[in-house]
Amino acid sequence: MDLVSTMVKISGVVGVLLLVVAYMVLAERRISAWAQDRMGPNRVGPWGLIQPIADGLKFLLKEDFTPNYVKQPFFWIAPAITIVPALMVFAVLPFGSFLGSQKMVIADLNIGVLYTFGIVSLGVYGIVLAGYAANSKYPFLGGIRSSAQIISYEIAMGMSVVPIFMLIGEPGLLKSLGGEGGAWAKFLAGTEGLNFSRVVAYQAESLFNWLIFKQPLAFLIFLVAAFAETNRLPFDLPEAETELVAGYHTEYSSMKFALFFLAEYANMIAASGLLVTLFLGGWSLPFLGLDDPATSVLGGVLHILIFMAKVFAVMFLFIWVRWTLPRFRYDQLMQLGWKRFVPLALANIVITAFVLWTVAGGQA
Amino acid sequence: MSRVEEYEYQDAAGQGQQAASEAMSTAEEEELQGEKMLLNMGPSHPATHGVLRLILELDGEVITKATPDVGYLHRGDEKIAENMTYTQFIPYTDRLDYLAPLANNVAYALAVEKLLGVERDLPERCQYIRVICCELARLSSHLLGIGAMAMDVGAMTAFLYTFTDREKIYNLIEALTGARFTTTYTRIGGLSRDMPEGWAEQCRHFLTEVVHNIDELDRLLTRNRIFVDRTREIGTLPKEVAVDYGLTGPNLRASGVEFDLRKAHPYLVYDRLRFDVPIGTVGDCYDRYLVRLEEMRQSVGLIEQCLDQMPGGPINLEDHKITLPPKERVLTSMEELIHQFINVTQGVRAPPGEVYFSAENPKGELGFYIHSLGGGTPNRLKIRAPSFVNLSSLPYLLQGCMVSDVVAILGSLDFVMGECDR
Repeated sequence: MDLVSTMVKISGVVGVLLLVVAYMVLAERRISAWAQDRMGPNRVGPWGLIQPIADGLKFLLKEDFTPNYVKQPFFWIAPAITIVPALMVFAVLPFGSFLGSQKMVIADLNIGVLYTFGIVSLGVYGIVLAGYAANSKYPFLGGIRSSAQIISYEIAMGMSVVPIFMLIGEPGLLKSLGGEGGAWAKFLAGTEGLNFSRVVAYQAESLFNWLIFKQPLAFLIFLVAAFAETNRLPFDLPEAETELVAGYHTEYSSMKFALFFLAEYANMIAASGLLVTLFLGGWSLPFLGLDDPATSVLGGVLHILIFMAKVFAVMFLFIWVRWTLPRFRYDQLMQLGWKRFVPLALANIVITAFVLWTVAGGQA
Repeated sequence: MSRVEEYEYQDAAGQGQQAASEAMSTAEEEELQGEKMLLNMGPSHPATHGVLRLILELDGEVITKATPDVGYLHRGDEKIAENMTYTQFIPYTDRLDYLAPLANNVAYALAVEKLLGVERDLPERCQYIRVICCELARLSSHLLGIGAMAMDVGAMTAFLYTFTDREKIYNLIEALTGARFTTTYTRIGGLSRDMPEGWAEQCRHFLTEVVHNIDELDRLLTRNRIFVDRTREIGTLPKEVAVDYGLTGPNLRASGVEFDLRKAHPYLVYDRLRFDVPIGTVGDCYDRYLVRLEEMRQSVGLIEQCLDQMPGGPINLEDHKITLPPKERVLTSMEELIHQFINVTQGVRAPPGEVYFSAENPKGELGFYIHSLGGGTPNRLKIRAPSFVNLSSLPYLLQGCMVSDVVAILGSLDFVMGECDR
């Protein structure tokens, strides 16, 4: 029974995710067109709604060309390594409260955040492998840039979330949410430590408890690092089409290229999901009684919709920024990462620790 | 003995062995630095705007040596000119700087008119329309230059904004000349046709729009921190170096040299119009961007003044040994029939001699040197292409830059290979 419900959840999440990825491509094109005084794709179906299907068909029908100087095994496995981690991040994110008796999270890991960072960093192997396997100079440069970039921003990103778990680690989290026997007790049953459900529970109390307000600096660092992790402008150095032609995926064609392309959007959705869960209250809204885990099916569906709406809002930000800003230079990017964000994130940890210590009355 | 110990030993060995140890250490340094990577950028690369090829020697991402390779778009325009009449060559000038064909048409026509000794006798209306053409071309070219530069450093949207405005310019040019791209608008001693009715109003309307859009571009880019970081102190060309390389146009002025042919050797009616020549202070990519931005505003002012002062009257020289006579008189009068016949079959008869004329084109000084032995075709026609000369500074500019700077520098130089390779 448990296995069946998990399988259903997995297929539901991956199905929705892939659909959203396809339509994010359309959204990106429409929003960019909107930003640039253009029409954008509007020929295939009403408002271009069938465009993603046409695009997908096109990718499938194109010749899958493998240059004969590439290192074939790596060349073939790289796109898969890129897209799989992007889809796996969602395994630990609570994308809703309850639907019936099912908790809307695939695997409620108590080390959720560690799992996420581990999985996210796997994505870079795909890019590095693609750059290496293509055996060509532009992808090679793209691969190098990407590994340097992702490694540096991962550190800032990881450190930026430390204060969050210092906050939610406060004792008495459950007590302030109605204590034992309530909906929250059921939602948080068996969770501890670095669990995402607890982050949502902490934020559900009031709007002020949203961590974007409690930890604005952490939010900022995480947001910028998320841009860097997903290789989006202003951090799209690994592809940098005007410099490196197409960066690490220069030599790819057909569906292999499409996998890189989709992975970028899947990564974006994963990053948005993380942002929403960590800083924007997850599936909860602090009014209209939507702050507590749902007891009815309608409430459960509403919570899922709220989560999706928040994710889309963050995705819009991603797209908006991409079509507004120029691109950083390699060394400027490294400087920003190591000299600004890492010290800032460290300082944020120290300050949070100090404040918590003072609030606790100077007790260890 | 390890390599490090060897170094220390040689350092301690005293002055006498200095030379020998230096020779050794350079060889070893090369070995320590490892292999350099040769990166071939172009001739078909998105940032080279055409078919420029750069051979970059890379140490990591830092460029240790850059060698530009030009000529992929060579069509032998100068030789072609020797095989046709002066008028027949006008369409070829469209294809030099193909982002500002109108300005090329005007510059070439003025060069031939100088050879004929009639460049001061042109009807006023013709001169004013030609100035409008030049400035519209400058607007169009600079819009693309800035947009492409912004796109190269990653700001794609700015590029599309400028293209919206260029579309409007093309509509205006189409209404004026009948063609959008390859205009072939000038004739020796005049123009192919007059301004159509209502064109002046359309043009004024466009100018009010473009001023607004230039401001928008200004707000989007000029103080954008990333854009400034990517362009300031990048590709700096000091005054002296810029002069040594023979740079002209906005690239020269960005380095702080106040030289604009429209002021230095005024042609057409530029001496009657008020405009400022913006100059930069540092000579980096950012200055080149700022100079172009301001030049666009000045161009708008120039076109407005021309429209205000536009006189009536003919647009062609009355001398029908140079311009074609009106068609109805060709069919009724002997004299005009002969002129028409000679002009079309043998070309405008130029006196023997040589002449150099250069105009301030969007990319810099576009010069035509014509050597004539008399008759309807030039003996030799040499084109001084500003893009070619401006690109010659690339080895200097690119040394020590990073790969990402290459695109910013190329974008800021704003070259066109059609003109460079001729």
